[in-house]
Amino acid sequence: MERTRIVFSGSGGQGVITAAIILAEAAVIKEGMEAVQSQSYGAAARGGATRSDIILSDEPINYPGILQPDILVCLTQSVYTQYAGIIRPGGLLLTDPRFVKPAKEADAYQVCVPIYDMVMEKIGKPIVFNISMLGTLFGIRPLFNPDSLMEVIAERVPKGFVELNKKAFTLGLELGEKYRQNF
Amino acid sequence: MTKEIRFVQGNEACVEGALYAGCSFFAGYPITPSTEIAELLAARLPQHGGTFIQMEDEIAAMSAIIGASLTGNKVLTATSGPGFSLKQEAIGYACMAEVPCVVANVQRGGPSTGNPTHVAQGDINQARWGTHGDHSIIALTASNHQDIFKMTVDAFNLAETYRTPVILLFDEAVGHLRAKLEIPTEGELDVVDRLRTSLPEGVNYHPYLPREDGRLPMSDFGDSHRYNVTGLFHDMWGFPTADPTSINDLLHHLVDKIENNVADITRYKEHFMDDAQYVLVSYGSSARSAIHLATERRARGERLGVLELQSIWPFPKELIREKCDGARAVLVCEMNMGQVVEHVRAAVRKPNRVFLANRVDGKLITPLDIKKFLRMIQGRGA
Amino acid sequence: MAVQEYIRERFFPQMWCEGCGHGTILNSLLRAIEDLGIAKSDIVMTSGIGCSARISGYVDFHSLHTMHGRALACATGVKMAKPALNVIVPMGDGDALAIGGNHFIHACRRNIDITAIVMNNRIYGMTGGQYSPLSGVGTMATTAPYSSIDNAFDVAELAKAAGATFVARTTTYHVAEAVTYLKKAIQHKGFSVVEIMTQCPTYYGRKNKKGDAVEMLKWFKESTAKLGSKELENNPSLIARGIFADEDKPEYCSEYNKIIERASRR
Repeated sequence: MERTRIVFSGSGGQGVITAAIILAEAAVIKEGMEAVQSQSYGAAARGGATRSDIILSDEPINYPGILQPDILVCLTQSVYTQYAGIIRPGGLLLTDPRFVKPAKEADAYQVCVPIYDMVMEKIGKPIVFNISMLGTLFGIRPLFNPDSLMEVIAERVPKGFVELNKKAFTLGLELGEKYRQNF
Repeated sequence: MTKEIRFVQGNEACVEGALYAGCSFFAGYPITPSTEIAELLAARLPQHGGTFIQMEDEIAAMSAIIGASLTGNKVLTATSGPGFSLKQEAIGYACMAEVPCVVANVQRGGPSTGNPTHVAQGDINQARWGTHGDHSIIALTASNHQDIFKMTVDAFNLAETYRTPVILLFDEAVGHLRAKLEIPTEGELDVVDRLRTSLPEGVNYHPYLPREDGRLPMSDFGDSHRYNVTGLFHDMWGFPTADPTSINDLLHHLVDKIENNVADITRYKEHFMDDAQYVLVSYGSSARSAIHLATERRARGERLGVLELQSIWPFPKELIREKCDGARAVLVCEMNMGQVVEHVRAAVRKPNRVFLANRVDGKLITPLDIKKFLRMIQGRGA
Repeated sequence: MAVQEYIRERFFPQMWCEGCGHGTILNSLLRAIEDLGIAKSDIVMTSGIGCSARISGYVDFHSLHTMHGRALACATGVKMAKPALNVIVPMGDGDALAIGGNHFIHACRRNIDITAIVMNNRIYGMTGGQYSPLSGVGTMATTAPYSSIDNAFDVAELAKAAGATFVARTTTYHVAEAVTYLKKAIQHKGFSVVEIMTQCPTYYGRKNKKGDAVEMLKWFKESTAKLGSKELENNPSLIARGIFADEDKPEYCSEYNKIIERASRR
């Protein structure tokens, strides 16, 4: 595949880093791709702004940073304000109306999907929000076979929670498909 | 045979390399950005009957691995800047008493507490001269997970071969980066076992009398040979001495055993170095950006190459001279105020053609940063 | 085995000053080891830096002469790596409780099966007579020319509070007692501390007008009393000798073996 640069951003506790690791791990382990994942660290374990960068490619990846993401997910207003401007022209900018009021016109396909409300309505547990976000992203833009993601999720979560996460992922996938656009 | 493929942090690649090399003892103290090494070994070592201990401080951790090494274990500790400073006393002891051990320093910004969660490569000279007194040291580094694994195995091999501490100079950017790691199969990489004396009980064993090949067979504490280990200048039995000849001989031995084997210790990689007019010399995570830039510019016909150093100490002077003397200019890419560049200048015939491309703000140097420096020295503007 | 077989005779006479108590401690220790019948290759003697630290070079065991204050940290590595070894750590007062104070309290806390001997002469001898954390208020020393204002640690109380499970104190005057306590300490499963008050006539004695070695030994006799004795009860200003703690608590290496068992089942 073409080199794809993805940035997940939000606040600590939303699970954006876990989501990023799952995505990159599935690419490497299940899809045989090259991927790197990094994250910016602050001193705060919870509540601060977090950002995780993922690069997917068929070629070895050297410089692991992302200056212009092809895909940008922003899950708080402040990270939206901070990062919306770095989206690569023609990229995908995914937000959730629960957390972000998209203020600017972006040179990108900007979608605001009510992932959080869907999670609360259909599952009632905010803990799987990040998994639904991954599902939604793959519904809009299937970067590779979503089953690969599901396999990694099943390996990473405690046994009793696999079904819950599967459901969250599938619901996200279905939700995202409604926003799919042909490029 | 399909290899096990993992998606891990660089720090975990170090742990896997250590276990592959036969590390059976780790003592440490939590410090960002190296802590994952301690956490993972706390889980992994006891699964194989190995020992993990979290000590009361960095000094104690370094001291404990020295004790454990003398009982016959391959030992590791991990740290970062401030902890590396604290360990220096005991690193010097391990140099003097010739105790094999490996110290992984996942570098962060400094001096002092500095920038714990961000990258830097500022401990290059501390690795060389951090402990007091004349001595030589081995320090290896790596820019990607496969090489972190390999260099960690090599660090144990060199520690055993030369009976010396070996420093692994990793950094926050590769230490925390998650990427693919293919676990080498058993036997794929060489593993050097500890050389132990074959002398039977009752025969006079000289722990500090080098063989003809320079190596010193060891005897584990608890075995039949009882000898003394000290940080004082000592004789071939390990007993303190103030005899000028013994002092002179020991110091020369400690330095020569490393400096006379630079060729054996030197590790490096070449990227696009054939016919390169401009050479980027780099190491650790900085090398990722250098390689990225060279890959991009080569596609456009620019004759740019990268010499990636994987051993920093002893400094590979001959290698630098051989690879860089033909270049129009050499650009050393590192995340410090110029610690390796000085040694590159000292190694080449035309030091005025050696330049520094650096970044010291806690951010990983980018290919664009390097390109700007390159354009400047090419006289093509920033 | 005769005591002589435990020493490396070629290094004698030893380097300690005339009248120094350290030789008496070495003697007591070797008699304790002889009585216990421990094989020479089963002992690792680990020391730090100072007059006390030279003791490790004189004994025909595995000997590890480490850095100032770091003896217990190195010994912890030895013991954890090979728990079958008897690890004995003689230290000076500055070595054990100033520069090595952190290692000391944490070794106590872990209750690792190591025998620590604090050879307490209340002074830094090797560097020429500076005050130590055990000198106490009023002590004269080269770095306390107007007398020391530093309070002293009570090693026995400190060790007990930090978690050591065998704690005893005696002096170089009470040689038989020292042998008994050292034997108990070595046999004890857990961290043991034996403080042995020892004379430094060269520095502490001269600076503080305590007289020669004989007078200092007399002072040990007269100013100490057995724990639980009438004498101590009647005169609490005397320094207590005796066993301050002797408890049976989980030992660190044994506990770690349980971790290995738990981890290998995973």
